[in-house]
Amino acid sequence: MSILVKSGTPILVQGITGKEGSFHARAMLDYGTCIVAGVTPGKGGDWVLDGKIPVFDTVRAAMEATGARTSVLFVPADQVADAIFEAIDAQIENLFCITEGSPLQDMMRVKAYLRMHNTRLIGPNSPGLLSPGQIKLGIIPGDIAVQGNIGVISRSGTLTYEIVNMICQSGFGVSTCNGIGGDPLLGCEFVELLELFEADPQTEKILLIGEIGGSFEENAARFVSQHITKPTCAFVVGRSAPEGRRMGHAGAIIEKRAGTAEYKMKVMKDAGIRLASSIEEIPALLLSL
Amino acid sequence: MRFFEYQAKNIFDRFNIPIPRGRIALNAVIADHIHDELKTDVVIKAQVLAGGRGKAGGVRLAKSSDQVEDLSTEILGLTIKGLPVRKILVEEAVRIRQEYFLAIVLDKDRGFPLLMASKFGGIDIENAAQAGEKIISLPVNPLIGLLEYQVRTVALAIELPKEFWEEFNRITISLWKLFCEIDADIVEINPLVISENNGLIALDAKISVDDNALFRHPELIEYYDLDVEDRIEYQAKKFGLAYIKLSGNIGCMVNGAGLAMATLDLIQDQGGKPANFLDIGGGANAEKVASGLKILLMDRRVKVVLVNIFGGITRCDEVARGLLAVQKENNVELPLIVRLAGTHAAEGMNLLQQSGFIVAGTIAEAIKNCVLISKKSKRAS
Repeated sequence: MSILVKSGTPILVQGITGKEGSFHARAMLDYGTCIVAGVTPGKGGDWVLDGKIPVFDTVRAAMEATGARTSVLFVPADQVADAIFEAIDAQIENLFCITEGSPLQDMMRVKAYLRMHNTRLIGPNSPGLLSPGQIKLGIIPGDIAVQGNIGVISRSGTLTYEIVNMICQSGFGVSTCNGIGGDPLLGCEFVELLELFEADPQTEKILLIGEIGGSFEENAARFVSQHITKPTCAFVVGRSAPEGRRMGHAGAIIEKRAGTAEYKMKVMKDAGIRLASSIEEIPALLLSL
Repeated sequence: MRFFEYQAKNIFDRFNIPIPRGRIALNAVIADHIHDELKTDVVIKAQVLAGGRGKAGGVRLAKSSDQVEDLSTEILGLTIKGLPVRKILVEEAVRIRQEYFLAIVLDKDRGFPLLMASKFGGIDIENAAQAGEKIISLPVNPLIGLLEYQVRTVALAIELPKEFWEEFNRITISLWKLFCEIDADIVEINPLVISENNGLIALDAKISVDDNALFRHPELIEYYDLDVEDRIEYQAKKFGLAYIKLSGNIGCMVNGAGLAMATLDLIQDQGGKPANFLDIGGGANAEKVASGLKILLMDRRVKVVLVNIFGGITRCDEVARGLLAVQKENNVELPLIVRLAGTHAAEGMNLLQQSGFIVAGTIAEAIKNCVLISKKSKRAS
């Protein structure tokens, strides 16, 4: 079983006719993901991806026609808040926002709106979700992972691919790999996904990939020590980062001493989470859990 | 994007937040001219993007023409926290009865704005907070906006005399409007003062705007100041690349901030020193890769270039094409180590076969190699 979705879950793609949207919708479809419709305002009635997938003007119309409750969002940053609000109002249950570079104040309003609704937002700036052999949502390359019992959560995209690829080449497999997103303001934190992994029978061990800035790792550590019974290990990047400078990810900025890699590693260690000090160490660490 | 005090005050003025009369000067002669215009004592303030200007001697009171010229020259010769002073703000000196701190800050941990205030203005507010001095902070619901009762709550907490409540309300609501309208993540008045003329006035101004939102504020581009940033950082920004200068000699280009940070950590663990952080982002095309490489080559400290790509949304063949384009155009003389994995990696590596670039099979191999080269060339130079 995957967390959040499963093999055969019907999926909408918001922004399916855009450059990124169409490229990755095809990759998802090729992987076996059950994409049932796309949404692009003004392009309702079109059929895309070799005429297989219908496009609707609104999320609500797409949901009514297909019964889908999960959406993957590739809408450009200047329109992303509008697309998220539309999905929330249409009562999408799980929304994966891949878009990078959303304005902070837009996300601050989105977060306030989410508190009053039942939609679960993953992202923005999330690479999506991959449950090897079952389903792929977003932009995680499908061929880097095989099915297994390790649940992986992270804040970044490419670093996660790197690590997932390596642990799979070392003989491990992944239950679900999910990125919460690289932005400072996110729909879901590590905590919500840890809870889902705890309940997922396929997941036996959890690998958390953190980075400098914010306090998602600290919150996760607290949660793990109180609520997670499955063996959990972590890897944190950004030890070499200069203080006060933003390292690409809007989230990855050390604002106070609290956001440093050292501090996060200490808090996690104190919470009983085993830590890898380099990427190469991760497979051995997983083996020892 | 951060603003100089004079730029932030200019924006305050647009939103009818009262500021002292004054202007910016590039030299002592203009400063004296402004002093003549104002016909009163002036304060000369160094314009740098750093706190602690007062302590560093960057804020001085001048009462005569001679003093204005002397102090202006002195301040323009200062370097504050590593930043040279290139401009000074000359403005009327305001006689202060009481100083307050007032700010609206986007709390990134909690995801909503905070209205913050203190009756201890004019000081380093973070140190004040640590010293246990009271700062009131009220969360603002971003869907409702700042409410007048919240402003009154703050006025009461900072013991603002009641005769100033109306004006305080007007200023605070204006500050909120400004915060929302220009997509700020910080707007701060420290100090907001009651002057001896019995009016509230913003003696200092600090604004920081969310870079992700700059696309909808073309009007702010005119505030963009070349002095603020390094020339290479400025070029990188123009190409839409996330670049940060570091102190070493290994030029790094990576896709994705997480992988880039991991790469820098690994270089450091191996005893090497990265010259920069450069994230080409997701889905970079050949052109963007080429501009990234050009940026790295502009940096004379760089002795070896490391390109580490794990393609997801980025296609490795596009990366290879970008690298080859630069080589064709101006022949890359530095050793360049490339490691490609993920989407279209095989195609990318094929393209690079005849290039003369060093193609590494793993991230560990690539980093070992480039640290080795960086140390050798250090000895040679």
